[in-house]
Amino acid sequence: MSSTFDTVANIIAETCDIPRDTITPDSHAIDDLGIDSLDFLDIAFAIDKAFGIKLPLEQWTQEVNEGKATTEEYFVLKNLCARIDGLVAAKNA
Amino acid sequence: MRLEYFQMIDRFVELKPDERKIKALCKVPMESPVFEGHFPGFPLMPGVLLIECMAQTTGWLVSVITGFVGLPLLVGVKEAKIKGIVSPGAELTFDGAIIHEGSGYAIAEAKGYSNGKPVCEARLTFSLTPYPNEEFRKIMIEMGHKVGISVEEYSK
Repeated sequence: MSSTFDTVANIIAETCDIPRDTITPDSHAIDDLGIDSLDFLDIAFAIDKAFGIKLPLEQWTQEVNEGKATTEEYFVLKNLCARIDGLVAAKNA
Repeated sequence: MRLEYFQMIDRFVELKPDERKIKALCKVPMESPVFEGHFPGFPLMPGVLLIECMAQTTGWLVSVITGFVGLPLLVGVKEAKIKGIVSPGAELTFDGAIIHEGSGYAIAEAKGYSNGKPVCEARLTFSLTPYPNEEFRKIMIEMGHKVGISVEEYSK
């Protein structure tokens, strides 16, 4: 978890020019860090590459839009990292 | 090419979906209203239209690879370089490649050549949006036929 968070935080800091020390596991990518949807595509690209996965952004967006999930479930970084770990585990299973 | 109608691609001469590569040919017209302003007495192909050529080249490739399920909208241009002058009558080729297909988005790289000499390059980000209606799909099929891509063959 910690290594996943470090990788994701470093990606966000570099991609969006956000000071690394302001990014915490409880940060909400949109509400706290001010990352917009286009910047998040760059972050998703870097995460996909770094972990060899494909973040299901379309599915997440649909679930949020339909009220089946909250943005916190996907965009609070500790939750995002848990989902990345899950995708990596599924890939390696 | 019909610059004023944003019809940038004359035809595709290579399409390799498995390798995620494509190559387009475009001949810059000798005359266009665009050249009346850019620039009077010194007609030059605008750099933004070279970027549009790269976007259309790779956009078609995104459509092929994703099965024509939606329209790839250009949402990002990075590391764009315009390396040379392109004049009326130039023969342009554009090489495009998809470097990443994500969930609902794609990242591509493209390079353009004028009479064989590099003139532009960029990294392009596309976001897929559903076609607005069935009529639009028919328009895509017609456009595909004109540039040498069978939309029906690659549709999911």
